[in-house]
Amino acid sequence: MMALIETNLPALQVVLPLVAAPVCAMLGRGSRSWAFATAVSWLTFLVALSLFAKTFGGTIISYEMGGWAPPIGIEYRVDVLNAFVLMIVSGMAAIVLPYARRSVAAEIPAERQSFFYTAFLLCLTGLLGVTITGDAFNVFVFLEISSLSTYALVASGAWRNKRALTAAYNYLIMGTVGATFFVIGIGMLYMVTGTLNMADLAVRIAAHGDSSTVHMGFVFILIGIGLKLAMFPLHLWLPNAYSFAPSAVTAFLAATATKVAVYVMLRFMFTVFGFDYEFQAATLEMVVLPLAILAMFAASLVAIFQDDLKRMLAYSSVAQIGYILLGLAFLTDTGLTATIIHLFNHAVTKGALFMVAGCYVLMAGTSSISGLRGVGRDMPWTTAAFVVAGFSLIGLPLTVGFISKWYLVQAALELGWWPVALLIMASSLLAIVYVWRVVETAYLQPAPEGVTRKEAPPSMLIPVWILVAMSIWFGINAMTTSAAASRGGNMLIGSSQILWED
Amino acid sequence: MQASILDLEYVLGHYNYWMFVILMMTGLYITVSRGNLIKKIVGLNIFQTAVFMLYISMGKIIGGTAPILVDDPDAVYSNPLPHVLILTAIVVGIATTALALALVVRIRETYGTVEEDDILAMEHEMEFGAGVPHGGDRG
Repeated sequence: MMALIETNLPALQVVLPLVAAPVCAMLGRGSRSWAFATAVSWLTFLVALSLFAKTFGGTIISYEMGGWAPPIGIEYRVDVLNAFVLMIVSGMAAIVLPYARRSVAAEIPAERQSFFYTAFLLCLTGLLGVTITGDAFNVFVFLEISSLSTYALVASGAWRNKRALTAAYNYLIMGTVGATFFVIGIGMLYMVTGTLNMADLAVRIAAHGDSSTVHMGFVFILIGIGLKLAMFPLHLWLPNAYSFAPSAVTAFLAATATKVAVYVMLRFMFTVFGFDYEFQAATLEMVVLPLAILAMFAASLVAIFQDDLKRMLAYSSVAQIGYILLGLAFLTDTGLTATIIHLFNHAVTKGALFMVAGCYVLMAGTSSISGLRGVGRDMPWTTAAFVVAGFSLIGLPLTVGFISKWYLVQAALELGWWPVALLIMASSLLAIVYVWRVVETAYLQPAPEGVTRKEAPPSMLIPVWILVAMSIWFGINAMTTSAAASRGGNMLIGSSQILWED
Repeated sequence: MQASILDLEYVLGHYNYWMFVILMMTGLYITVSRGNLIKKIVGLNIFQTAVFMLYISMGKIIGGTAPILVDDPDAVYSNPLPHVLILTAIVVGIATTALALALVVRIRETYGTVEEDDILAMEHEMEFGAGVPHGGDRG
């Protein structure tokens, strides 16, 4: 029995939440469906942990779905990089779901909650599927499973604010355009190679060499994924979707959805195309790099002037995606390590911050910064969590944010691009401004008259503090995360060079 | 790639791709330019259908028959894989359309309109109080 489970772990990773989703819908009202979804998310997290433990040493697990051998059949391929992402995604689900109960109970009517958790599990399925699969078209299918359930989840914020509906609608339009671009790109690659398996695609594209069809395929995939991961000028759906979605959804999405899209980008850029591919290297350097730097500044500046806390954090996410893409565009080992480690670090930090925002929404009834005057005295633990996670967002030493910035600056200096390194530090100053605004309002301004605010319940505080503790722990002891990230980075670079040398 | 732009054989030989390009751009243009939420969805559908046609036409081999095994060893088969992929993509497209229409129904119920301009004006009013909408923050 154990052996059977062990050999089928990659399939279980996706099938478990997928099968659980309809069961969850049938469980009916309230806390039963919540308990079920939470249990499933913990099981999924255990599966991801064991996959990570297996692949950490460098083993690559190749699982043939339904016994059909790749490249014809769909292959699930787990290496240290996607096991790391799987762990982030399922781990965030396992932390967000316990937190979700109180928050969801306040934001969504009781009779709809089981559907909410169903959509949540489907979203989890999609994200895990995108990460684990080794088949290009399968990526699209899972991407749409996760996106469709995300649109529904965002729209379920409508009970709190009706603008969630239009936010979800706009997200749907842009997300679908992005996904369709992605399919066009894959179609182009299929035309020249006749295969959909990523490893096989890499070999055949290398053999095929340069052609305008491959160029177009690359550009379509870049734009399509760029829309999904909110690459700077394509980020318009993100601020509204994040600010109007239910708090638990925002915390989960901010920590996982864009990260998974970044993973797909990494996978296609390096494993499928290989960065020695001249056209691609030029695109990354001439287009993605400037846009990433622009995102770091423009989005941080906009964040400074937001009154809504969730919206401010959403813009800050766009800026952080800038850092992630910057590391990718360096095309070096250290740069990739910075990107991969920031996937984890930003997930932990932003997850914690959005969960704090959710606590404010529940207990203080508002996420507007001016409405949170003096909240530091009424909700000391919540606000303290915000301060620590805020430090990590800025990148102060002893937090995970510092580790990411450290690798990023190092990568820039290795290339001799010291202006870029200076820009990275300068944009961190902007983060100080917007984090400080909240801290100042929460601690130094008097509370408005006649407002009673109680501390958030333990069921919400404990998940928040787990994330905060992680952001400190992995900031001091970054051995595991940085080893995983640098192995992942090495592997990506290795896979692309080996293929292009012969 | 032919050197001459007016190579008739090249133009006609790729006519399925021209159709794809025209349909795709039509769909994308409607999605971006129309203010009516339903029309945007129609545009999105045309856009997706264009991609279906791209895939289906790339699997077709001239003189090829349907990919069902026949006794004739010389039979040429069309490539069934793109067609199967598109079945999946059609399902995804239907799900997207259904969800989008459901959202529009809810938007109509809460806002009383499906015109984007009116909705933006209302949202602007919600955020900043009554005034002239600048239409900037579309999210």
